[in-house]
Amino acid sequence: MKRTFSIGGVHPADNKISRECAIQVLPTPPVVYISVAQHIGAPAKPIVAVGDHVKVGQPVAEPGGFVSAYIHSSVSGTVKSIGPRKDLAGNMQTCIEIAVEGDEWMEGIDTSDTLVTEFSDDNKEILEKIRLGGVVGLGGATFPTHVKLSPPPGKKCEMLIINGCECEPYLTSDYRTLLEKGEQVVIGTAIIKQVLGVDKATIGIEDNKPEAIAHIEKVLQEMRKVSSKFAGISVMSLMKKYPEGGEKQLIDAVMHRQVASGGLPIDVGAVVQNVATALAVYDAVQKNKPIVDNSVTVTGECFPKQANLLVRVGTPLNYIIDYLGGFPQDAVKVISGGPMMGKAVSNLEAATLKGTSALLFLTAAQTARKPESNCIRCGKCADACPMGLEPFLLNRLARNGMTEELEKQAVQDCIECGCCLYSCPANIPLLDVIRQAKAQVMGIIRARKAAAAQK
Amino acid sequence: MQSTIIWIIAIVALLGLLLAVVLYFVAEQFKVEEDPRIDEVEKVMPGANCGGCGFAGCRAFADAAVKAPNLDNQFCPVGGNDVMKKVAAILGYEVKEKAPMVAVVRCNGTCENRPKTNDYDGYASCRVKAALYSGDTGCAFGCLGCGDCVSACQFGALSMDPVTGLPVVDEAKCTACGACVKACPKAIIELRNKGPRGMRMYVSCVNKDKGPAAKKACSAACIGCGICAKTCTHDAIVLENNVAYVDFAKCKLCRECEAMCPTGAIHGVNFPKPLDKDAVKSRIAERNRKAKEAAAAAAAAAKAAQEAPKAAQTPVEPEKKEE
Repeated sequence: MKRTFSIGGVHPADNKISRECAIQVLPTPPVVYISVAQHIGAPAKPIVAVGDHVKVGQPVAEPGGFVSAYIHSSVSGTVKSIGPRKDLAGNMQTCIEIAVEGDEWMEGIDTSDTLVTEFSDDNKEILEKIRLGGVVGLGGATFPTHVKLSPPPGKKCEMLIINGCECEPYLTSDYRTLLEKGEQVVIGTAIIKQVLGVDKATIGIEDNKPEAIAHIEKVLQEMRKVSSKFAGISVMSLMKKYPEGGEKQLIDAVMHRQVASGGLPIDVGAVVQNVATALAVYDAVQKNKPIVDNSVTVTGECFPKQANLLVRVGTPLNYIIDYLGGFPQDAVKVISGGPMMGKAVSNLEAATLKGTSALLFLTAAQTARKPESNCIRCGKCADACPMGLEPFLLNRLARNGMTEELEKQAVQDCIECGCCLYSCPANIPLLDVIRQAKAQVMGIIRARKAAAAQK
Repeated sequence: MQSTIIWIIAIVALLGLLLAVVLYFVAEQFKVEEDPRIDEVEKVMPGANCGGCGFAGCRAFADAAVKAPNLDNQFCPVGGNDVMKKVAAILGYEVKEKAPMVAVVRCNGTCENRPKTNDYDGYASCRVKAALYSGDTGCAFGCLGCGDCVSACQFGALSMDPVTGLPVVDEAKCTACGACVKACPKAIIELRNKGPRGMRMYVSCVNKDKGPAAKKACSAACIGCGICAKTCTHDAIVLENNVAYVDFAKCKLCRECEAMCPTGAIHGVNFPKPLDKDAVKSRIAERNRKAKEAAAAAAAAAKAAQEAPKAAQTPVEPEKKEE
């Protein structure tokens, strides 16, 4: 029996129809809009002015706090404006508009394809390079990587887990990265492993990607011959189950340890990084290349041209869609991310972010919601919840605004994976209601902490 | 047989009597002393238990009123001044009269004014919708139209207008309890003074976007041009974050701002006559012309006064001129 996480989970059809599409480079758009809020934490502060000429990889915004990250220009050209622009959800966000002129890179960035396997022993230097490279977690949460790689004193990391599960249906960008840039991912893994000072690193991949597992194993064998720094890295084939790519679920699957409510992975001795983050670490440390592009899967049954694209950060969605032949007729909904956790896009003029992993086109039949009926107390949602919560109860508490009880029932532990909604036979919009209640309770907890800190 | 029945009746009666005596003494012993005025106050309360006063219900309000040294911090929005007078009479306090309030929906983003840019097919709740994204129109500040305010209202004073897609307040039923204000995630609904005979002015928009963006999203948006603030002779309009706001304490209901607003974002309601925009505009133009003339005259006078001492050393002459 293969390993997987112990409670909950569902088995949606994986629909990875773009799995055979090699990553192709999207031509640079004529204009990019680089948001200053591409990570969790404080938005970055712009450090360029209108009219400035910028090169690819030049920092255009600096961290706005401890938990924040650098943002770099993804193109070379002139800064046209800095101001509010509507993001994917239609909310205003400060964006730096850059009109593209040529493709001139910053000095010191290695744009060649040569593989650099040797890396420095100086962890401080590596961390600084990761920080200056604006590397954030590309698995979805976009948490600044340098913060995650500096565990608080007294906490010891025992294992690094590289997340190659890509458990969301349709998404294939991590899979293609593993196949096409396996060496870089492995070197990135070795770098993170060294920074954390751990002996063991595991690359967890779901068993619906046997080619990726075989490829990474082959790469590892070759790498071990090159340097002793690659010892201790292994690949683990995991049983396919959604949401295996969730941080806490992956730790449970790989280490059989469970993170307590309100705890962090480091509490059980684990640090989890995504495959794409490992690649970004490789680029930042070995090539001096900050995050200026990322792979985006463009897919959907109604989309005629499946693709995995290497997209410059800040590319307008319209440009990507036009490049691939325009908006499909049957599509009624575009989702940024996968079908389970992704968010519907309300503004196609918005631009991609570092963390944009996919654009998914769905038809009316695929997105239609069935009419909601009464809860029959079957408990399927509680069975499916990977965090061990009781969504049927949270739903009722949330609808009555009972925030104290919601907090007791640990609504703040919800990872918004959507398993409850997926499994509900009565079509109750469980996640929609719970997500809002979670935000409310988190706000109350934060306010309480802030009040306690003031005293 | 007959004696058994008599016995049973006798024993049960005796037992009942005994327990009654016990209960009586226990009740006497553990009696909770409660101010009788709490009951009296509760009787005059409306009994809606809506929580609009900030207390858990009418009894909690009565309890707090009896314990408080005065009634300055307490007001029953449902009962209004009448109930507060009765409460004050029972407790022997003095009560300041408060102007009656009413809920006002500050959004005029009807389907016509504010075209849809996308369709929302999620759970029909404004709170949920607001947590997901900016809404199904170009305006990120306006009414989301799912009716959270309608379900929050205990008095049936709110309803959704199917034509405009906006909530409508029934002023006769609205008690200004504030439940809708709390329910609205976009903070569109505000409690405002009802005004004399219900007449009041307000800016029916909360869009903080700059003029062109606001106008693009909704033809009835406040574009923050500031004409109303310049027109207002009572200093009642403040312009902040590209939105005008009418301060109801200062507003004299002259309706000049309403006539001047280029987008029709300022509304005046319950006025007996419809607004004659042209008449008001010409009145303002006339006033401005006079003010300009007066200013020009004053400037000329000041100039003359400045130049006069230079021209003639004697200070008597200018004085004569003024006379």
